[in-house]
Order: sequence, then C-alpha cells, then structure tokens
Amino acid sequence: MSDVVARFEVEFSRCLDRDGNAVGPLPAFAANPENLIALYRGLTRTRVFDAKAIALQRTGRLGTYASSIGQEAVSVGTASAMRSEDVFVPSFREHGGQLLRGVTPLELFLYWGGDERGSLFAGPKEDFPISVPVASHAPHAAGVALAFKLRHEPRVAVCIFGDGATSKGDVAEALNMAGVWRLPVVFVVSNNQWAISLPRAQQTAAETLAQKAIAYGFRGEQVDGNDVIAVRAVVGAAIERARQGGGPTLIEALTYRLGDHTTADDASRYREDAAVTPYWQEEPLLRLRRYLSETGQWSKTDEERLQREMTAEIAAAADAYLKTPPQPPEAIFAYTYAALPAELARQRDGLLAVSRVAAPEAS
Amino acid sequence: MTEVNLVQAVNLALARAMEEDDHVLVLGEDVGIDGGVFRATDGLLRRFGAERVLDTPLAEGAIAGLSVGLGAQGFRPVAEIQFTGFIYPIIDQLASHAARLRNRTRGRLTCPMVVRSPCGGGIRAVEHHSESPEAMFAHIPGLRVVIPSSPRRAYGLLLAAIRDPDPVVFLEPTRLYRAARGDVVDDGAADILGRCFVLREGGDVTLIAWGAMVVEALAAATALEAEGVGAEVIDVATLKPLDTETIVASIGKTGRCVIAHEAPLTGGFGGEIAGRIAEQALFSLLAPIERIAGYDTVIPLPRLEQLYFPDASRIADAARRAMAYR
Repeated sequence: MSDVVARFEVEFSRCLDRDGNAVGPLPAFAANPENLIALYRGLTRTRVFDAKAIALQRTGRLGTYASSIGQEAVSVGTASAMRSEDVFVPSFREHGGQLLRGVTPLELFLYWGGDERGSLFAGPKEDFPISVPVASHAPHAAGVALAFKLRHEPRVAVCIFGDGATSKGDVAEALNMAGVWRLPVVFVVSNNQWAISLPRAQQTAAETLAQKAIAYGFRGEQVDGNDVIAVRAVVGAAIERARQGGGPTLIEALTYRLGDHTTADDASRYREDAAVTPYWQEEPLLRLRRYLSETGQWSKTDEERLQREMTAEIAAAADAYLKTPPQPPEAIFAYTYAALPAELARQRDGLLAVSRVAAPEAS
Repeated sequence: MTEVNLVQAVNLALARAMEEDDHVLVLGEDVGIDGGVFRATDGLLRRFGAERVLDTPLAEGAIAGLSVGLGAQGFRPVAEIQFTGFIYPIIDQLASHAARLRNRTRGRLTCPMVVRSPCGGGIRAVEHHSESPEAMFAHIPGLRVVIPSSPRRAYGLLLAAIRDPDPVVFLEPTRLYRAARGDVVDDGAADILGRCFVLREGGDVTLIAWGAMVVEALAAATALEAEGVGAEVIDVATLKPLDTETIVASIGKTGRCVIAHEAPLTGGFGGEIAGRIAEQALFSLLAPIERIAGYDTVIPLPRLEQLYFPDASRIADAARRAMAYR
C-alpha cells in the first residue's frame, strides 16, 4: 500500500491587474496616498537612473551596466518593506532597492563606472555591495540573519537573486541553512524570465521557483512582481514574520526583463522583439500610474513635475560622478588587508615608481 | 605548561579565543556534540553552548558563505572544513567574497574569519583525505595562509589567526595531530603572523618547509649534522604574506637551499619561494635551488602513499646534491 505523505500549495498574490484596477481590498498601507506616491517616486527614480546609466555607457562614460528596466517593482517594493536597520543583500540588478535604502545615485554611478568607492555606502552602512557571481551572496544573507538571531536582535536580512540563481548550489545551501535554523531572512527571486539567453522554462522543470522553499521546510509563494503594492505587501508580511521569529520565506516575484541582460548583451540574438512587446503593457510604472490616475491621486502635472525633479537629481549625480577624480594609484593596495604586508608595500612602491614616470605631473 | 599534541593545542587555542572574545564562534560539520572528527573542538559545545558552537548542515560552500555574513556583522567565525579534500567548494566564497569584501567596500565591511582544515597525508586515509592545497589559497589576494608544524605553533598561530582582522586559511597537518607533542603554555600569547621561524641554525644549507615537512626537515638536518653539514631549518609557518626577509638572510649565510612540501611540484608554493630567492639572493647561491615535493600525480591510495610524500631522506639527499657544489 502507499499513502500520500506530503502535499503542497503555492499562493500567488496580486493587488492591481495589468490595467491598474484593484482586484480586491488593498493592503492597509495603500490607504495612505503618501505611501503609494513614495513607491511611485522610487520606481520613477530608478527608471530615470537606469536611462541615464545606459546613456552614459553608450557614450563611453560608464562601464558595462545591468539595466533593471521592467523589474523595478521587485526591488523597490522589497526595499520599501524593510526597516533601515535590516540588511539588504542584493544581486547586481537591484538599483531600485539600493536607491530606496539610501545608496546614492552618485555611488551607483561610481560603482558602474569602475570605482570601488561606489560600494562605500554613506547611507545603509551594513548593506552588502551587489553580488556579481550569481547566487553566491545567498549564504551571506543567511550568515547576516544568523548574526541577528545569535544577538537576539529584531532585524531581518533580505536577499534578492534572479531566476538563474535558483539553479545554483549556493541558493540551495542557503535556503537549507535558513530553514534548519529558522533564520530571520527573506529571499526574493526576481524572476525576470531570462538568465541572459536561457528562458525560465529551460532553467528548471519545477512548476514554480517558490516551491523550492517547501523542500527546505518553509513557506514559498509567488507575487506579481510588476505590482509594487503586492510586492510590498507580500515581502512586508514575510519580513515581519521573520522579525517575530517565524523563520524564512522565499518569494518568487514574477516580472519580465524588458531590456538586454547588460549593455554588453544583444537580446535580439535569442528572443524576438515581438515577444517583448506585450510586456510593456505589464510593466510596473505604468500599472501604478494607471491606478493613481484612475483614483485621482496623480495628474499629468504631478507626472511632469516628478520627471523634472528626478531628471535633475540624476543629471546632477551623473555630473558629480564625471567630475570625481579617480582614486590615487596606492588605492589599489590600501584595502587588501587591514595593514599592508611588506610584500604588498614593495609592489605598491613599484607601481608608484612606474606611475610617477608615466604621469610626472601627478607627483 | 602542559605537554599536549597538536590537536589538543588547537583545542586550547579555540577555547582561549572563545573565552576572551564573545564574538568568536565555532561552526562546521560535527564540531558540536561530536567535538570534530579529530576532536579539535571537543568540549567546546558543553563549555560555550549551542549559540557559540554550531553544528551545520553538510554544505562546505555555505559554511564559508555563512562565515562571510557573520564576519561582516562583527562576529569572528572559525569554520572547520572536515578535510582539505572537501575544501574546494569554498574557494569561490573565499576568492569572490571573503578575501575581497574589505577591498570592494573600501573598508566599510570586513571579514575576520578563519577556515581551519586538517591537511596533508600520511595517515593512510581514504581518497580525498590527504590533499595539500595551500598554494591555491596563497594565490588569492586578501587571504592569509598559515600552517603550523608543532603544538606550540598551532596554539600561537591559531590565536593570531582568530584575532586577525582579515580572513585566514589555517591548515593543520593531519599526521602531526597526535604525533607531534610538546609543551604549550595556555597563556593567550599569540605568535605573529607573517613571520618565518628559524628552528635550527646552520651555515651550510637552508632547509625550508612547512607543516609536517618541518619534522622531516629537522630529521634531515640531524642526519646531515652527522656528516658534518650544518643545516639551517626554516619553518615558513605563514605562506602568505611570506616573510621573504628571513629566507633571504638565511640564503645569504648558507648559499644553498632545499625547499620541501607535500603538495605537487608544479605550481606548488616552493616555486614562489624559489622565485623570491632568485630575485633577491641569486648571487648568494652556491648551488641550484632544490625542490623536494609531491609528484604531479594524484596522491596514491595508502598502499603507495609513502612513496609519494617527501621525507627526511629525500630532503637530505637534495642537501647533499647542493653540498656537492663548492
């Protein structure tokens, strides 16, 4: 004979449909227009930053850049649900969350422009810098959460990674540890359907990415990742559960990568532009703007004023970035160890001797 | 002063570090109730509790990754990887994160973690339990790589590693765990990282080794003494950062050099030391540098392993070849 020993369900949540209509009662925070407008500002700021970053890259003034166009709501919604004392452990496409957490546009431009000072955040001092090796930061979030738990602090670590990351061992190992120790950590999968050229269907045979949590003994759920209200609500509930000792959650936020993987990528090699077109009707700024407009909370004038404000702020940050002199040559060595070992001092002196020859005016 | 073996010295250092600093945590597979497969963490769970001594799920990469998160939060995790044969998955976490977190953030976040692991062969272990991967770690900027050769050094160097503000890979020679015995004063005094130790002075040839090979080098020096050859023995102890000064000074005195390590010859850390000597002491040399190392093969299973590992007689033979140059 045989019995069923386990069954599971995965919930999907959404607050606004693609046309911006509420599909049911909205979460309590949405009753205050200021909260929704703050979210809309966060989304808009991210998109304006994104456009400027791409423009700078295309004109040779920024390095390779990973655009977040289309998936801003996952990042902004997640960060909006965090407290300042929580710790954000992002992957490389989470500019929206970083900006909302207080990382400055200047710092982001510096980072993507090739300057380590871009990760010397003046704002969220304990947040991790972005992780470039996919999935490798998931165990860090578990470690940060373990630190909170060991110190009995009511804080939560929040980690975002992409759909591709869920195929990697680092994510599996981090989820497992988080489950075993019921760590105060929330993992958000920003499922933008593409890992460079590999579509979600080829990433895993699992029906959802959220259900991977269930194998590790905790809640996994889906949310409409283009609906910033829903993202904030679902992630916020998970964060508060974690804060109260309820353990981790994995949230799969369904979104779509409207742009190339990075500025070094050409998505037309592997996906038809026509396949992308319908998703422009799903995207998060449009959706929230429709809702705010329909409910009389947002006007064309408001929109124009916001665009002007954001464009000016980002332009000023870009200007400050372009005017920031590079670090001195010795900065290559200064942060390898707390104190410079003799061998590194010798190598540094070698570089300084060469760079003095190359740039005599600098000495 | 107590006579202890090397693994007991590790245990004393861990207990001392945990006693003096609440931020020191021990984590790894079987480090808690079992006290570690070699008993390096024996008694720590009972003494310091389950919030300081954490039995982790079986996932080496995440043990290192957790330590990065803990380190960034101000803890001083001391992670055990059960054998160096299982250490390869953590290279990504060390190279991509632990060793560069300070640099990436311009000092905003740091990673004061230690990874301890038994290393090397000679205990007739099963496959994947006899590796000597020190050169791989020494190649990674931002790491320190330390290998003790005696109980006293294990105690002093491990304390120094735990107190160090940057990540340290601390490799413990498995074959010395019980074989090496010596007096240790459990007074909390650390050795200095980044310094070689001259264990024996001699004027004719310098024998350079680390870990279990130090014992073989000392035995070779005794054999050479009977032949009237004065061998100076240097225990490198910290491979990275390397104390080139002590090595170069010794070559200046002896003019001859044998470097011994268990790891395969090609890409082994002996090549780095030979390179430093060539750069800084070439004209002191009276004979070619000799490297005595494991072969560029997979470490044989126990029935042949003794043929693989360098020993006192191979080191002494190399010294004799060097002495033939006058």
